[in-house]
Amino acid sequence: MDFGLSDEQKLLQDTIRRYLEEKVPTTRVREIMQTETAHDPQVWQGLAELGITGLLIPEEHGGSGLGVLDAALAAEILAWGAAPVPFLGATVMAPSALLQAGTPSQQSEWLPRIATGETCFGCAATETFGLRGEAGVRVEGGRLYGQSLFAIDAGAADLFLVAAGPTDLALVPRSASGLAVELLRTVDRTRRVGELAFDGVEPAEWVGGPGGAGAAVERMLDAGRAVLASDTLGSCDRAIQMSVEYAMQRRQFGRVIGSFQAVKHMCSEMVAEIEPARSLAWYAAYAMDALPDEAATAVALAKSHLSDVGTDVVRTATEVHGGIGFTEEFDLQLWFKRVELNRQLLGGPELLRERAARLQGWEAA
Amino acid sequence: MDLSYGEEHEHFRQEVRDFLEKHREVAPPPWMGGIVAFKDEKVLSWQKLLVEHGYAARTIPREYGGFGAEPDPLKTVMIDEEFTRANVSRGIGGQGPDMLVPTLLEHGSEEQKRKWVAPTIRGGVVWCQGYSEPEAGSDLASLQTSAVEDGDEFVVNGHKIWTTTAQLSDMMFTLVRTDPKAKKHAGISYLLIPMDAPGIEVRPLYTMTEGAEFNEVFLTDVRVPKSNLVGRLGEGWKIGNTTLKHERNMLGSASQSTASLQRLIELMRQEKVNGSPVIADPVFRDRLTKLQARVLAMQYHSLRLLTHTLRGEWPGVAVMIVKLIGCQLNHDLARLAIDALGELGTLYKGSKHERDGGRWQFQYMLSLGLIIGGGTAQIQKNIIAERGLGLPREPKPASGGER
Repeated sequence: MDFGLSDEQKLLQDTIRRYLEEKVPTTRVREIMQTETAHDPQVWQGLAELGITGLLIPEEHGGSGLGVLDAALAAEILAWGAAPVPFLGATVMAPSALLQAGTPSQQSEWLPRIATGETCFGCAATETFGLRGEAGVRVEGGRLYGQSLFAIDAGAADLFLVAAGPTDLALVPRSASGLAVELLRTVDRTRRVGELAFDGVEPAEWVGGPGGAGAAVERMLDAGRAVLASDTLGSCDRAIQMSVEYAMQRRQFGRVIGSFQAVKHMCSEMVAEIEPARSLAWYAAYAMDALPDEAATAVALAKSHLSDVGTDVVRTATEVHGGIGFTEEFDLQLWFKRVELNRQLLGGPELLRERAARLQGWEAA
Repeated sequence: MDLSYGEEHEHFRQEVRDFLEKHREVAPPPWMGGIVAFKDEKVLSWQKLLVEHGYAARTIPREYGGFGAEPDPLKTVMIDEEFTRANVSRGIGGQGPDMLVPTLLEHGSEEQKRKWVAPTIRGGVVWCQGYSEPEAGSDLASLQTSAVEDGDEFVVNGHKIWTTTAQLSDMMFTLVRTDPKAKKHAGISYLLIPMDAPGIEVRPLYTMTEGAEFNEVFLTDVRVPKSNLVGRLGEGWKIGNTTLKHERNMLGSASQSTASLQRLIELMRQEKVNGSPVIADPVFRDRLTKLQARVLAMQYHSLRLLTHTLRGEWPGVAVMIVKLIGCQLNHDLARLAIDALGELGTLYKGSKHERDGGRWQFQYMLSLGLIIGGGTAQIQKNIIAERGLGLPREPKPASGGER
């Protein structure tokens, strides 16, 4: 029994942290997030050279063959740096689906290109769990019609995986005829989600063949949820670190504000909530790799819990900072907004708790 | 990360299961996780059986009456897990076995270890903790109970409060002031006081639960042999903090929350309102799932802390949060159980229609007491901030009664 990180995992985190500190400080983050797609191929290539894009790709396809836990640990640090990168869709969700249900030829075609960072997948599956308004993708005569909202990493994507039904996962190039991609403006400017509108789009391929995606959509979503939970964890780590540093340095009434119990207790509350949440996030990601019977429930509980703890932490961190924390100029707002987007993507807390209850047979009791 | 336990440990788990299967009939009820030790025949013989099999006092050396196993935190956790799952009493716990014994093993003299450890872990000697005083609560180091040297003895005078199980105890481990002229923390010593000594009066302190979980202890010219001093004169603050550390880990234990959650799920499945189970109500279900995530977080957190122990690493702030979060969680679990019962949740102490023996109201109130006791939530937050995060201590007032 070992519930902790290995030396390799710590090294992975340190490597990403160093890369971000050196190449993508928040001044650079702010430049990238002002661009239309919030994507800098150079930054992405740098991460690819560190092996980050190939974390989940098996070695025979040019990756490092690691698990969802390793991806979650990478996400922790990417979030810590507010990195504007399409990690979630391209590196986690798409390979998870392709590994689960892709045919051998699909795997050997796409996985190596994901590993090198040459191809960025976006993922559109919101309507399978949280249909809004008139959205929804349907298949007629082998072609896609309708729309999908909040497609993950729509800014950087050159291809999309589109869930058209519980066992239908279409692979659609961004340039496909009849596909319109419109980026949506969320509060978080470091990552882009989009609306995909399909007007008779013919998929280039179906993952696993038509109707052959089996459990791939669920697997793709759960891997994404596990990683989003860790993204929130990393964002909280940064917000807490900034708060403690600020509380040690800001002086009022002739003393540093961190010596006032009111401020001290806000810092303690953030840490006290985030530490057990860290254990839950690690467990859920590990369950995706090693405990198939528990994984879906653990992930639903972890993502909903991290979302609740996360919004409390970033809000408290803002209060510790006082007025400066509320300004655009100060970086804390980057994480405030990142946590906000994470909370709703791939299912908000209430939706995921209901999923966990259903998975445990509680709603039919 | 690898949550498999390996063959040796899985074999051990099976042994524990076999033991529970075979002997659970003779176990006393698992009331309050065995925090309080009564000298009940059933409890004592169960405890004897547990020590013989190494399910209690597992790593305490044989010469002090323990089982004498090599420390293996994994096995300790497995015992805990299996007893919790089977809902069987863990035997005698509380102030003596869980707090005093580790303190004596760390700071006691050879003679003290030989004299006190064995009868304590067997339930023959029951202990209470004499720390708090009416004027020394959160500011424990301002305690005033004095112990004055007189020949081979100390003469103790003072007033202790919040003394759990004092009325049942044979002995009390106590913080006393032996040097009134020394600085606040330096004048304190750690003394073991027999509760049958002349000059001791115990008065029950009834709490909102209607029970007397606590007492006041009045000490008037109580004579205590000097051989009952643990450590040296003036070392009491340091030694007392060892005990408090063990108390916090005991109070925030994840296995109690896990057991409580299991029982809550069962309650919500069985209890019907307007003909359907409470768990089928989406609002109650959402509250339950929310709590489940928090309980699991603490359960996995204890595995993470255990891994730090196994690796010989200091877990830092991760361990300091356990009492704060664990006690609040137990309180919140009871809150949901009461709400799930509605009006039935208010029934108490043997009323008609009562559910689960009224235990949820009791847990709701008692857990609030534990949020306050053992170092209040606010003191825990100070500890996390100052020792864990390195934030500065509150500056002392320029003038005032500071020692």
